[in-house]
Amino acid sequence: MFYREAGQFKTDYAADMAVFPIRQDRIGIALILLMAFVGIPMFASDFILNSVMIPFLVFSLAAIGLNILTGYTGLISLGTGAFMGVGAYACYKMTTIFPGLNIIVCILLSGFFAAAVGALFGLPSLRIKGFYLAVATLAAQFFLQWCFVRIPWLYNYNQSGAIEVAQREVFGVIITGARATPEVRYYVLLSIVVLLTWIASNIIHGRFGRMWMAVRDMDIAAELMGIRMLPAKLLSFAVSSYYCGVAGACMMFLWYGGGEANDAFSINQSFNVLFMVIIGGLGSLIGAFFGAAFISGFPTFLKFGVPALGIPLGGATAEHVTQIVVGGLIIFFLIVEPHGLARLWQIGKQKLRTWPFPY
Amino acid sequence: MKNTKWMMGAAFGAVMAGMAIVPAAAQDSIYVPLLTYRTGAFSGSGVSIADGMHDYLRMLNERDGGIGGIKLNIEECETGYDTKKGVECYEATKGKGAVVYNPYSTGITLQIIPKAGVDKIPVLSMAYGLSASADGSVFPWVFNPPVTYWDGASVMIRHMAQQEGGLDKLKGKKLGLIHLDAPFGKEPIPVLESLAKKYGFEVKLYPIAAADMQNQGATWLNIRRDRPDYIYNQGWGSMNPTAVKEAIKNGFPIAKLVGVWWAGGDEDARAGGAEAKGYKSLNFHGSGASFPVIQDIIKHVSDKGFSKFPKERIGENLYNRGVYNAMLIAEGIRTAQQVTGKKVITGVEMREGLEAMNITAARLKEMGMEGFAEPVRVSCTDHNGHHKVFISEWDGTKYVKASDWMEPLKDEVRPLIEAAAKEYAEKNAGWPKRAEACAKAS
Repeated sequence: MFYREAGQFKTDYAADMAVFPIRQDRIGIALILLMAFVGIPMFASDFILNSVMIPFLVFSLAAIGLNILTGYTGLISLGTGAFMGVGAYACYKMTTIFPGLNIIVCILLSGFFAAAVGALFGLPSLRIKGFYLAVATLAAQFFLQWCFVRIPWLYNYNQSGAIEVAQREVFGVIITGARATPEVRYYVLLSIVVLLTWIASNIIHGRFGRMWMAVRDMDIAAELMGIRMLPAKLLSFAVSSYYCGVAGACMMFLWYGGGEANDAFSINQSFNVLFMVIIGGLGSLIGAFFGAAFISGFPTFLKFGVPALGIPLGGATAEHVTQIVVGGLIIFFLIVEPHGLARLWQIGKQKLRTWPFPY
Repeated sequence: MKNTKWMMGAAFGAVMAGMAIVPAAAQDSIYVPLLTYRTGAFSGSGVSIADGMHDYLRMLNERDGGIGGIKLNIEECETGYDTKKGVECYEATKGKGAVVYNPYSTGITLQIIPKAGVDKIPVLSMAYGLSASADGSVFPWVFNPPVTYWDGASVMIRHMAQQEGGLDKLKGKKLGLIHLDAPFGKEPIPVLESLAKKYGFEVKLYPIAAADMQNQGATWLNIRRDRPDYIYNQGWGSMNPTAVKEAIKNGFPIAKLVGVWWAGGDEDARAGGAEAKGYKSLNFHGSGASFPVIQDIIKHVSDKGFSKFPKERIGENLYNRGVYNAMLIAEGIRTAQQVTGKKVITGVEMREGLEAMNITAARLKEMGMEGFAEPVRVSCTDHNGHHKVFISEWDGTKYVKASDWMEPLKDEVRPLIEAAAKEYAEKNAGWPKRAEACAKAS
């Protein structure tokens, strides 16, 4: 009734293959973008921007990255946190070595360092699969984290081993540092996320994406069909790590604003992003956003939102309740829909399309 | 589709509206947010400190009706010792008129330091955080009295010298530093190394990765091989009881194992059982419940059921540390009221109060803290004071004072601090020059 495609005819292949073939979806996306670019910065408080939206966007980017690798190519990785760290440290080194370089360019370039490191640690994926690959990427996580602590050059020999984010301006607007307003940081981050999501969507719907999905569904069959494993898998690692690297750089420069970085890129972060991908839905871009919203936003909502709605829930109790509820919900969602929130969304959409006369 | 979208929109709007409602700052109270951690891997130590801080401030409310007749509005925010959650807490509470922040984690402190000057809310990182922030001319908004880790390390050298009979006897001695392999753990290294060069002793480093805090077997094999004369432990959380247990297991003389003040939890020593007797830790406040101030807390807070801490454990070392920390907050507020003449203060006035803070022996006596703490004084340029520290020793059931108050080697530490502060300002391009006028002591 509300979601009716009657009268929408596809007259060429391009329309049939479009990412959003239904008009309502296109309107929906436009509304969401409008809300993200205009509505939220206009009405949200600093707290919402700083503690809800910015973390959500950073983790969405990381989840897209891991989704490319795990969801689309079928290669499991536990090194996401470390690859994010490579991006953050690369960005930090670039800002100190080339102080005049535009900070947004720095952030986008830092992903390439992560991509190179990711491709290097992706090499074992040509020989090993599944759990064994997970262990190999775990080694990357530990090795890189060791580097973050033990190579003082990475943090410019700082006494406390912290990354310090200096103030940088673009066109006279302060983007990083303590004086950057949450609105500016949010806009920069949102633009990066929208741009990279659009690119990811194009890669995935194009030749490389189909190549990866063929590898995921059955790598021997893919090989027989003429897909070369070396470029396919390494490219997947590189692209995935690029996204993670940019997410890491954004995390340090646009969200945290410096600090004890090695701690932020620990194995826990890798697991966090992996959970986002699994709960959001493997092999789905929108799933990456759902997963990030759930894992990063929900605990914040329980801790600060619930007391603000008038239900008293204080300090440590909120923390315990959060852990119980989030854990319970993860199990609930995995039982109800093992393919993640993205699949739930799809089912809902399908139901609405045929409502009120399902066939 | 549209239906769901409307509903989602409505729900989202409701959530946003709910979160945007910030209780109007009550004009008749002073809002003190406490960033504490009662959950997570470090909760063992976190609970004692959190309760100590809360109970002291609550006691002021109950006994004196607040400070200067103004009630304190105390709110805890759970950080779980996690930087992300800590920053969340900061963002959530700063709009409510917070006068000061106690981040209680090095990671969170490093995050908040650059924001302090922008949001005009001072940071009080009591004997933790960034050592360099002791330089008030570069960090006008950060205070870290009474001592820094670098002072602590220098007191450790003093203690060694006392045991050996003079600084000149240190030549050829071996000091092991067992430390958490993280910024916090590495803090004492520059001071120890520079002192080692000066006095001719050797420093051996034994880093413990955060993941291996409870798995120190290999490290202690190395210690057995190297046979250091003393070990200084710069650890936190489960690393400390493990170090005590391992020292006993490996036959290292427990009396020569000295922890930094954060390695001075009762639980840390208790883990070693009877053989932990003689374990030492640096300290800057008394332990035990015999002080009048602790008795007041028991009378006004614990006995009335306002405290979450078990009454029989009140007076434990880390609980008293929380009390000491809360005392610094309270004295900062009191000084701010005196200096500015206002009753209800803001962060800007609190900064002046902290800078003009001068807790004399007479004032300590008045507060029932005679013998509990030494006088504390900070100044415009020196936001730390580099105060005295003593060695406390575990007697099998509690910590007892085992040495006199010892002055840190300030001449060694201060130049390092100023150099580090200068470097911090240089590396953070755009770090503001101090514009705040020095607060006048009343």
